[in-house]
Amino acid sequence: MKHSTWIYILIMILTTNLIRVIPLTLIRKEIKNPFIKSFLYYVPYVTLAVMTFPAIIEATNSPISGCVALVLGIIAAWAGLGLFPVSVICCLIVFVLELFL
Amino acid sequence: MNDNKKAFLQGIRDGIPIGLGYFAVAFSLGIMAKKCSLTPIQGFIGSLFTRASAGEYGVYTMVLQDASYLSIVLMSLVTNLRYLLMSTALTQKFDPKESLIMRVLTGSCVTDEIFGISIAYKGYLNPRYPFGATAVAAPLWALGTMTGIIAGSILPSRAVSALSVALYGMFLAIIIPPSKKDKAIMIFVIISFALSYIVRNLEIIKEIGISSGTITIVLTVLISAAAALIKPVKENTAETE
Repeated sequence: MKHSTWIYILIMILTTNLIRVIPLTLIRKEIKNPFIKSFLYYVPYVTLAVMTFPAIIEATNSPISGCVALVLGIIAAWAGLGLFPVSVICCLIVFVLELFL
Repeated sequence: MNDNKKAFLQGIRDGIPIGLGYFAVAFSLGIMAKKCSLTPIQGFIGSLFTRASAGEYGVYTMVLQDASYLSIVLMSLVTNLRYLLMSTALTQKFDPKESLIMRVLTGSCVTDEIFGISIAYKGYLNPRYPFGATAVAAPLWALGTMTGIIAGSILPSRAVSALSVALYGMFLAIIIPPSKKDKAIMIFVIISFALSYIVRNLEIIKEIGISSGTITIVLTVLISAAAALIKPVKENTAETE
């Protein structure tokens, strides 16, 4: 491998923390530009969606259990359950289904 | 007891449930980091100082592919852009007299959950509150990652398979509730699912060997930009909860 994993981690730490800190040092006023505002509004949801699917069905031993975990996770989150309960439900359903699959 | 001490202790108390959830999800991240050949100590350090599930996930997937350093910067930027928004929202939450160093330290504490409890803090935010919560939650996040990397190879395959979806479960819990409230988010989440599936399965993408991380970056920027053009956010709705 040409690149060092430690340098990857260092870059990740620096970049992530700079993003968190920069607004608190530079941006004292509210962002007014409607495009930038809207772009920033959508980014978190789009990036998490892109990373979740189809990765969730490829992470499990059987794609079927991954699909069911996806559907149940969506239903649980829709019903208003928090981060931890939704995660637990996804894990449990995969574990139970893969006893049979 | 003075107010600063009280705020710190209150932060510790509220940080405990957050930290327990972190441990479980970080464990799942660790299993995945192990597949990307990270060592337990790399996982611990990376998680302790980054504390960004999606960001770490994205970066770790790029380790095996020997990605360029620039693409690591881009991946960290795109997956964590929401923190920019959250920190911007926090600027409105401080006592105007609050020192710069306290603002900066608070910024580095921002995660989805710490931001959530900080923005709900009554009155001006006392920075010692997020410090207290982070003091509990961050070590648990780091320990969870390290444990996942170590135990990922010991646990039976079926248990690893089940635990590996915890991270995606957490992602769903972040994107689904806002989709319920805002139909525009729902539509673009569905489009993101569909395009991600289609693009990742294109023969030409597989042939050229474009990395999963690069696809994530490009799709995020394109879909979010399209969303911002097609359905611009109206005033006062641009803040995530």
